[in-house]
Formats: sequence, structure tokens, C-alpha cells
Amino acid sequence: MTWETVIGLEVHVQLSTKSKLFSGSDITFGAEPNTQANIFDLALPGTLPVFNESVLKMAVKFGLAIDAQINKKSVFDRKNYFYPDLPKGYQVSQLDYPTVGPGSLEIKLENGLEKTININRAHIEEDAGKSLHEDYQGMSGIDLNRAGTPLLEIVSEPDLRSAEEAVSYLKKLHTVIRYLDISDAIMAEGSMRCDANISVRKTGETELGTRTEIKNINSFRFVERAINHEARRQIELIEDGSSIAQETRLYDSELDETRPMRSKEIANDYRYFPEPDLLPVIIDDAYIDAVRDELPELPEEKKQRFISQLKLSEYDASVLVANREIADFFEKVAIATKDSKAAANWVSQDMMGLLNKNNCSILETTISVERLSKLILRIKDGTISGKIAKSVFDLMVSDSSNVDAIIKEKGLEQVSDTNVIDRLVDEVIAANPSQVEQYRAGKEQVIGFLVGQCMQRSKGKANPSQVNSLLKEKLS
Amino acid sequence: MIEKTVVELASALSTGSVSSVELTRAFIDRITTIDTQLNAYITVDEQEALKQAKEADEARARGAHSPFLGVPIAHKDLFCTQGTKTTCGSKMLQNFVSPYDATVVARLKDSGAVTLGKTNCDEFAMGSSNENSFFGPAYNPWGKNRVPGGSSGGSASAVAADLCAIATGTDTGGSIRQPASFCGVTGLKPTYGRVSRWGMVAYASSLDVGGPLAKTAHDAAVMLNAIAGHDPKDSTSVAVSTEDYTQSLDAPLTNLRIGLPRQYFSQDLDPRVAAIIQETARNLENLGATLVDIDLEKSTLSLPAYYVIAPAEASTNLSRYDGVRYGYRCEDPLDLEDMYTRSRTEGFGNEVKRRIMIGTYALSAGYYDAYYKKAQRIRRLIKQDFSKAFENVDAILSPTSPFTAFELGAKKDPVSMYLEDIYTLGVNLAGIPGISIPAGFINGLPIGAQLVASDFREGLLLNIAHQYQQNSDWHKQKPSMPMGV
Repeated sequence: MTWETVIGLEVHVQLSTKSKLFSGSDITFGAEPNTQANIFDLALPGTLPVFNESVLKMAVKFGLAIDAQINKKSVFDRKNYFYPDLPKGYQVSQLDYPTVGPGSLEIKLENGLEKTININRAHIEEDAGKSLHEDYQGMSGIDLNRAGTPLLEIVSEPDLRSAEEAVSYLKKLHTVIRYLDISDAIMAEGSMRCDANISVRKTGETELGTRTEIKNINSFRFVERAINHEARRQIELIEDGSSIAQETRLYDSELDETRPMRSKEIANDYRYFPEPDLLPVIIDDAYIDAVRDELPELPEEKKQRFISQLKLSEYDASVLVANREIADFFEKVAIATKDSKAAANWVSQDMMGLLNKNNCSILETTISVERLSKLILRIKDGTISGKIAKSVFDLMVSDSSNVDAIIKEKGLEQVSDTNVIDRLVDEVIAANPSQVEQYRAGKEQVIGFLVGQCMQRSKGKANPSQVNSLLKEKLS
Repeated sequence: MIEKTVVELASALSTGSVSSVELTRAFIDRITTIDTQLNAYITVDEQEALKQAKEADEARARGAHSPFLGVPIAHKDLFCTQGTKTTCGSKMLQNFVSPYDATVVARLKDSGAVTLGKTNCDEFAMGSSNENSFFGPAYNPWGKNRVPGGSSGGSASAVAADLCAIATGTDTGGSIRQPASFCGVTGLKPTYGRVSRWGMVAYASSLDVGGPLAKTAHDAAVMLNAIAGHDPKDSTSVAVSTEDYTQSLDAPLTNLRIGLPRQYFSQDLDPRVAAIIQETARNLENLGATLVDIDLEKSTLSLPAYYVIAPAEASTNLSRYDGVRYGYRCEDPLDLEDMYTRSRTEGFGNEVKRRIMIGTYALSAGYYDAYYKKAQRIRRLIKQDFSKAFENVDAILSPTSPFTAFELGAKKDPVSMYLEDIYTLGVNLAGIPGISIPAGFINGLPIGAQLVASDFREGLLLNIAHQYQQNSDWHKQKPSMPMGV
């Protein structure tokens, strides 16, 4: 019997505003505990919320980027529950009137096909603080720096059918959010968080099975593992004749398992009602149009432009646009070198290899747009060969000095001096009589071997096209 | 001097016939001798008051002028005042000292007022008799063992007994107007959103509004001038521009149409109260107004709608009092659950707990539509009811309360206490302004008349009240203090 996994994701994205959703407090990741909490964040008696309108703009931007319905009226509601890191005893969210209504995202499947994932809604809400249970010997510490920071909760429809699809959707979401520059969206720092609703059903069934909600998944890899684990657990239970309890479970990445949350961790009746301290947010077409005018070029548009304008292959374009910084980096190199193909190769292979190795962003390496462009230009003007350029690139990673200085210091300039090459070719012809014989007998591909020998003797510095033509000349 | 109005005191201070320090001293002396009988104040900060008075005198010497410069006032203990206790009449906040001033407090400070202290009130403004205060009931200076009304009972009592020149109050369902009626003072509930709620501790956010309890309508206008206006810190405060509320006080009442709702003068109304309000109506007619019988058909729905909406909002507004960051925390909690349960059980009084439970129930899954949503629909009907009436009349006249001040402990059943506010609740649900002015006495106890107008017509209400007071002396009557033993 085959099973199908049905997944819907609720993704919380921390919006990168300067200040909190309803108070003027600063937001900076990693500040000392409780240094970014003012009297409103502490829920002192008599304090009131004031909506930070830059949040609205970010939410609308996101809505437009996923082609969603933008609601002209959004209403904040109180979601009531007691927890020490929730100072007011309620979280302000949007229940019936979210700012962003239905929209969709296209994801690419492993088989190369595209799939549309429908997004039910995206609503604005405030984050809670943090409870710190270690270090306090039987007590808990409360840090309210995060309390009241703005979140956009993006709720997908249950359109995802595998852990891979879920990860692909998350990555696409991440790309869009980074393009819009509305969040750092770093899962490890919690600025992008994911809860997964998972159920299984026999292939071909149309009814949804009973779902569980998995919380606390904080990396793309864990999303994949948590979903796979949970789907397996549910299938085993059903195959054993048991049923699935609708419950909230936590993913434990150390044990790679999910377990039910303690009932105390779940409030079952949030008693939502409209937040009387805030007025409904009303926007008009002019507002939406103004935000639309500010939208940056989105990944799909950029990809099409790279293909048509910069003549990239579909594959190269897809790889490069997946990350806005990388796409921008590439484009600048392409302009500086007037060689988009070379720029694409260097960025998608050498640069991205470097980023993977060092697990860093393209803006954090020693290879700037200027340095990489210079390197490519030095290939184009014949100063170094493409092969030598790879070694220069490796040197550039640890040596931030001028590209020309590195080439010069290490003596890596290409040798184009006819006398030197002439001597080199003579030496190789003398040292390889049998290959020379074969060539002259008509086995032309032996020329490659002979060129290789010349390059080896010159430690890669000889100009290969000069070597090639001189060899041919001397052997004819 | 202490019996004088704000307008009179401001004039005396500006001519130099009295200094703010002398005046403040006189009020403090009065509080010291009289307030043992009234318990109108929870906190009196003598040092701070005298310091502010001295600063006011110095500012005046430098040529400063402002309507409240050097005038001693009191704040209901629901307004946050930086550096002194703000208790809300609750054990929960018995020792809470606010690090900031409410906007109302800040604006009155800016206008030069001297703060004598914080007045008693029902716990978190929940009550109609001031008996629900953790600090003991406040008393009515007009009758021994009589309640001053609530929840702004301390403010009304203090103004009536000359323990301050004027006081702030808050009104969620009648909490300014009903105590004003009971204590024979003038109480104005402004339009919702006209006065900032920043720093005014929330009971029911969509209904709460701050306003003055004063000796005259003119004084109320002076205070409204100081406190009204948009506040960027309160999103529900309206951007509608304010006016000088003293400007229209002297306008004649000719061409005004005043409505008398038939539903308010039913057979259930105490005939003595009805007679007084009809007398008030005739006096207004003599001043040029035209009387019109009107209908407010939905008025009987106010009470049930109010007692769903207000507790619903209160139940979540009061969630922040959890013993975690400030306020009362129980001794030796076993765990988090125990800390929450005992801190709130021990820290809140019965009426507060009753309303939290009612509100929690009304918002619960499965009951929300039947209670909260339905109550909101009724609220819209009540608003429409008033809007319709105001197509035909400028103001509506009614009793403020169906009764005069009752004896402490007389209303043991909560519902009979809730009925205290049947004439005032609808005004809060509709968000419109209302004023209570002294209109007569029954058995030596004052009774107030309520005037109501459409949104932002506080100026009209103050105009009618002022004209009435120019032609009556109910508001000039003073209780004899100290009260006999």
C-alpha cells in the first residue's frame, strides 16, 4: 500500500523594521536581555499600542509579490493566553481580516516541473518574549527584547506532498522575502520559523487524514527530517490499527523525533476578539499602487531578464536568481567584464563553491565584485590563462591584496614571449618522439597531449593558443 | 477660599490675593481634618503638592500664565502619575508606582495644576458605589453612611467636600456622572476618543473615557480645554479638532430642542426623581429651549449589552496582572500555575473576579456569537437609536441615576447594583458625550440631571449646563462638614 503525505506550512517571518509592532522600542538581534523593552512592552498599566505603519507596507509588499488579494480593511484581534513571556496576557494578531488574503507561489519540483502552492493568507502579529529555563536554578528568566517584534505569519494551503516539496516551498519563500528585503529570514536566528501541519492518507484518497502540528523546526534540514519522521510515525500507527490524535508536537532535532507538547503548553481556547485599543487599518488603491511601484525586480522577472538580456541559460539564470545578493553580485560582474557567460560561470561555480565551503553570504568573502571582475578581465586580456585563474582565485580567498599584485608576485602571468614558447615547443618535440611520430602519421588528436606537455613544463603559464599553433607549424 | 471654583481660584491666584502654596496648604489641612470621615483619597502627597505649588508660584512670578497655574486638583487613582502610587483601588497594585504620567495628568501639569493626591475608586473602576475599593469605601459628604456613587466616588466626594478644586474621573458606564449626581457636583463624560486614554488604566477599552468632576459647568469646560485633543500615543483618540469650550458657555438656549425620552420616564421611575427632572426641563424651557418627547426604543437593551462587552474587554485587559513583572505576587508559589492562580485570586476583589469570569465566558468558543457578537450588534442599534433621536433634537434630558445615594451595604445583589447605571450605560455604548448637573434634593440628598448630545458636542452640553447653573443654585449647595457623629 502506498501513502501520500499532506503538508501545510505556517511560516513566521520576523519583519526587519527599526522598531517594534506597537511600541517604539528598538529591535536588534543579540542585545542584552530586557534592554529593548519599554513600558508598553512590559505591559505596564495604562499603556496602549500604536501601529507601526512600516509593517503594513512590508505585508502589502509580500502580498503583491505572491499575487495575493490585498485586503483594504485589516483588523487586529487579541489572542488570549497566559504565559510569562507574553506580558499583556494576549498576543495581538489578525484573525478574520488579515492584511494579505489568498495568493500563491510557484515551486520547482525535482523532476523539473513547476507546481503552484496556494497561500491561504498572511497576517501581521506580534512576537512573544523568550523564557530562559537554564541558568536560573529552578526559576525561569524572562527576556522581553523580542516581545512585540512584528511577525508576518504566512499560512499555506495543504498543497505540499513531500518533505522535499516543503523545503522547496520554504526556500522559494525565503528567496522572495529576501528580494523584498522585509526580513533577514534566518532560520537559525529565529527570524524565519516554521510550523508544519502534517497528515497522511492512502494514495488516491481525497479526504484529509487527521493532522498533527509540528512546532519548533529551525532549519531547512530539520523541516525535511521532521516531516519525514512524522509521516513515518503516522503511517506506522495507522498500519498498526491505531488512529492519529490531533495534537501539537515538538520536533527534537537531537533525537530526530517528534513528541507531544505538554498540555500546559497549549491553550485550547484563545478567546479571540477584536483589539479595542486599535482601529481597523484601512488602505486604498492608491496606497497599494504606491507600494507596487516600490517593488523590486522579483526572482522570476530577474531570471527572464538574465535569459533574454544577458543570454544566460535557463539553468544558470535559475541558480543565480535564487539569492538576491548573488544575483546582484553576478550582474555587477557581468557589467564590469562585459562577459555575462564568464561572470555566470565564475559566480555560480567558484563563488558559490566558496560560499558553501565557508557557509557565508556573498557579501562576507574577500572576493568583491571588483576583484572578481579584475580576475576575469585578466583572462580576457591574456595576462593569465583560464586555468591559472583558478589558482589566482584560490590565492585571492586568503590574500586580499590587489589581483594584479598577486599575479605578479607569484609569477603567474601568461607567457606569450615567442622565443620562450619556441624553446618550449622544441623541448617537448624532442622529448616525445613517439607521439610526434603518431601525429605525423595522421593521429591529429595527439596534439592535445603535446600541448598539455608544454603547459606542464611552463607550469601552466604558456599561452595555450600560441603553443597550439606553434606546435602545428613545427610538425607540419 | 477652598470652596471657590477653579475659575475663581485662577483669578485669585493671578491677582495675587492668594498664593498656590497657601491654597495647597489650606486644601491639605482640610483633607487632614475631613478625609478621615470621607476616605476620598487613597494617596495624598503633601510634599510633592507643596513642591508643585511653590514651582507654580515661582512660575507666576516669572510671568507665566495658564488656566490651572497653581490650582490644586486631584486625580482618580486610575490615572498613572509618575513617582506616586497608582493603585486603581486594588490590592493588585497596592504598591505600584508608575514610571510615567498619563496624558491627562501630563496635560494638566502642563497647564500648571498642582496634584494634591489620588482619589478613591471602585477597584479597576468596576462598581457604582465605591464599595469595591481595597482601601475601604469612600463616603458621601451629604449623608452619613451614604455611598458617593462609583466608580469615581472619591473624586466626587472630594469635590463636593472642597477637598480639591476639581478632580479627574473616568466613565465606562456612568462612573463620572452617577457619582456627580450622588454628590451634587457637575460631571462630564466626553465623547469616546476626545480625551486620551494613555496612562488611564483600562477597564473596558472601547467604553472608557476620562473627564472632569467639577463644582460648575464652567470649571468642567476649563478642564476639558486642558485635557481634550488627539494624542498620538492613543490610537483611538480622535483627530477631530478641539474648541475653546468656555467660548460657547454664554450662548442663549433659544432654538435648542431638548428631547425627553418616554422610555426613561416610565412608571418604574421614582416620582420624586421624575418631578425633579421635569422641573429641570421646565427651567430649560424658560431659558428658551423647546421640549420634545422622543423615543429611545432600544434603551432597555443597554444594560445586558454593556454587561457583556465591558466584562469581555475587562477580562483580557486585566490579564497583565499576573504577578510576573509588577504588582501583587502571592507568597511562595509552588509553580507557575499556582503563582497565576493565587496571585490573581488574592490580588483581585470579588467584583473584579466576577466580571473577569463573565467576560471570559462571553468570549469563550461556542458562546462568542451568542454573547459578544450579539452585544456588539445591540451596541450598533443603540448608537442608531441615539443618532435617530439627534436628527430631531440637540440634546436629551433624563435623570442621571434612578436613585439618590444609598446606604453602604444596601445593594448586596450585583444586579441591583448594575441597575444603578441604566440611564448612563447607553451613552457609553454609543460613545457620545453626557453631563450630569445638580438638579435638586430628595430628603437632603442631591440628585442630578443628565444631558446627552451627539458626538463632539461637549460644547453644547457645557453651554446648556452653564446656562442652567446661571439660573439655579443647586450646584452651590454645600454639605456641612465635618459630618455630625
